[in-house]
Amino acid sequence: MFTRRQLIKQAAVLGLSTFYFKNLNFDAIADEIAFPEKSKDLIVLSPRPPLLETPNKYFKELITPKEALFVRWHLSGIPTYINLDEFRLKVYGNVENPLELTLQDIMTKFEPVEYVAVIQCAGNGRSYVKPSVPGAQWKYGAMGNVKWTGVRLKDILDKAGVKKGSVDVVFNGLDVPPMPTTPDVVKSIPVDEIFDDIIVAYKMNDEPLPMLNGFPLRLIVPGWYAALWVKALSDIVVTDKEFEGFWVKSAYRVPDNPCECIKPGETPEKTKPIHRMRTYSIIVDPSDIKVVKVGEKVKIMGVAFSGGYSINQVLVSTDGGRNWVKANLGKDLGKYSWIQWFYEFTPTKKGDYTVMVQAINSIGEGQPMKGLWNPSGYGWNEIQKVTIRVI
Amino acid sequence: MRKFIIAILIPLSLSFAENIKTIELPNIPDNKLKDGKGKELVEQYCSICHSLNYITMQKGLSKKVWQAEVKKMILFGAPIENQKDIDTIIEYLEKNY
Repeated sequence: MFTRRQLIKQAAVLGLSTFYFKNLNFDAIADEIAFPEKSKDLIVLSPRPPLLETPNKYFKELITPKEALFVRWHLSGIPTYINLDEFRLKVYGNVENPLELTLQDIMTKFEPVEYVAVIQCAGNGRSYVKPSVPGAQWKYGAMGNVKWTGVRLKDILDKAGVKKGSVDVVFNGLDVPPMPTTPDVVKSIPVDEIFDDIIVAYKMNDEPLPMLNGFPLRLIVPGWYAALWVKALSDIVVTDKEFEGFWVKSAYRVPDNPCECIKPGETPEKTKPIHRMRTYSIIVDPSDIKVVKVGEKVKIMGVAFSGGYSINQVLVSTDGGRNWVKANLGKDLGKYSWIQWFYEFTPTKKGDYTVMVQAINSIGEGQPMKGLWNPSGYGWNEIQKVTIRVI
Repeated sequence: MRKFIIAILIPLSLSFAENIKTIELPNIPDNKLKDGKGKELVEQYCSICHSLNYITMQKGLSKKVWQAEVKKMILFGAPIENQKDIDTIIEYLEKNY
């Protein structure tokens, strides 16, 4: 009547896992169980809290389907129940008129804004950092390119009336710490650094956000790492002095120097919060060594993006970095979106061809040949390589 | 039959009753830790707040780094009571991950 897979899936959903799981091999089936509203082929780095990585094949698409977008929560107390009749986005602190907004208020009382923007975890690519650093060991799948719809943070703050002399805008979501002493995930952005394109989003790809991606509201800071993109946003607090929370003052920080890097194993003298994304380009296809015959056409493609500046060019090398040529670029969806790049060549002799790719943005920011090391493995953007073996 | 099962499963895993949205997280077991002295202590304390996958996915970290991680977790509330257990946990982590 049922296949084994169906039974397992149903058992998991119904919470009868101990009964059905007893004699099964967990590792083999773990990746076949879907998290709610997410594709079952997401790679489960951790079930609790959920760390789900997007498989490479989805990056062939210009827009990442919402079911395929990566998931990253810091603490196990994640929201699983939301009553929109009770939900309010509260805006308070150093403001003239504190606000309590329903989702309906957000959607009807402010001007809607939409754009496509890359969302990328600051730790994307951490598993490639050498020597290795602690943290979620992502490959390239802690990123995606999504259409966001929401309202400007500035419009909300203007309605609340930020008082003169305010210092930080603090953002909290509905997730809660598992222990009383665990610092809640609360983030902040200095008042002076709030820019017009920061939005409070209620839709991704024209639909409500999946719960695991931040339903009902998520802060979108386009061009910046997703560390700042608070999920299930519930509180916006304006402060009159610097916010000192753990997740701003101790976590998500990089060495405070131009390369945001130090020698492996060293401790930085001074640190700063990681904000704007570094320029990055990924070889999506082929994702790993590919074997072709002499004279056979090789097609390669990928994506490139940077922290809020358009990609000017993507350069490809097929000889391990000696010569570089321009790749063709796909449709331009704006400065926050990634752009697809395409390149094809026909190898004329046998042997290994080392294909490399690098992007350069409109203000000249490129990628390092050798990845820049920092103790938490943030902002990895080393020029990527893939081997084409010609036989 | 299959249609019937799907019909009852979808509302259970994800429901929009009026203005209420709920999800149920799947019960996926953690990766297993390598055998060794201290394994039980690590299972006991670390899995209170997070999957053991947080440990098994690491790619080889020094004692200094594991010490800092354990210190951070104690700061976060890991209720490891005595120094002997802390040392055993750090030694296990450094040896195996």
